[in-house]
Amino acid sequence: MDEVFKALADASRRSLLDRLHAQNGQTLNDLCDGLAMTRQAVTKHLAILEAANLVTTFKHGREKLHYLNLVPIHQIGERWIKKFERGKLTALSELKRQLEKRDE
Amino acid sequence: MSKPEFVYTTYIETTTEKLWHALMSGDFTERYWFGHRVASDWKPGSAYRFTKQGETTIEGNVLGIDPPKRLVYTWNPCSPETKGERVSRVTFDLEPRGKVIKLTVTHDNLDPAGVTLRNISGGWPMVLASLKSLLETGHALKLDPPTRADEENIHAQA
Repeated sequence: MDEVFKALADASRRSLLDRLHAQNGQTLNDLCDGLAMTRQAVTKHLAILEAANLVTTFKHGREKLHYLNLVPIHQIGERWIKKFERGKLTALSELKRQLEKRDE
Repeated sequence: MSKPEFVYTTYIETTTEKLWHALMSGDFTERYWFGHRVASDWKPGSAYRFTKQGETTIEGNVLGIDPPKRLVYTWNPCSPETKGERVSRVTFDLEPRGKVIKLTVTHDNLDPAGVTLRNISGGWPMVLASLKSLLETGHALKLDPPTRADEENIHAQA
């Protein structure tokens, strides 16, 4: 679990997860496209995310595809969020999202 | 194989035999899979079915079975809202890695415009986290299936 928190404690790595959330199953080239990071930096961040099991890779023909793996994040959530709190938390995060959207 | 829509991985401290049994035993799936029981004779080509309170929830056919390493089946959610969608495919791969088993679930051939694509993105991480908990601690996670509000929330944040 330490690995998951360490992997998440970096804005560049979180942005890579966001990109996979928007479009799952991307190659290294896809992920580098439009990013202000070097290919070497992306490769390094992906290796850390993969070691933390937040990213899973899949060989598709000659391509290596990267997938967002939410299982460890779900385990973190289940450890501290009780079943009955989930509804309230969803409502709160929705409220925050709506309010912040108005400010944009 | 088409490019899969989802690939999930979890590492479980158990044996391949126990994990294999947990994927195919109704008594097990009922405990970690939102209360759904699976049943089949698990022969190649055979039908399988998940049921909850007597209602069939998911059905399909066994496309391939290689115990205790690989199980492939078609995935057809029995719900009016998924009617007419193309039938997708789920592959379970089990690989021993030292003291743990690496379980990879690959879901492909999903209808890009269908609701199944949206529904399962929240479902698999819960099922796999619960399966891991059941095999490692003897207790499944107490889970509610993802609600429509959860799904919309997840997608709104994308």
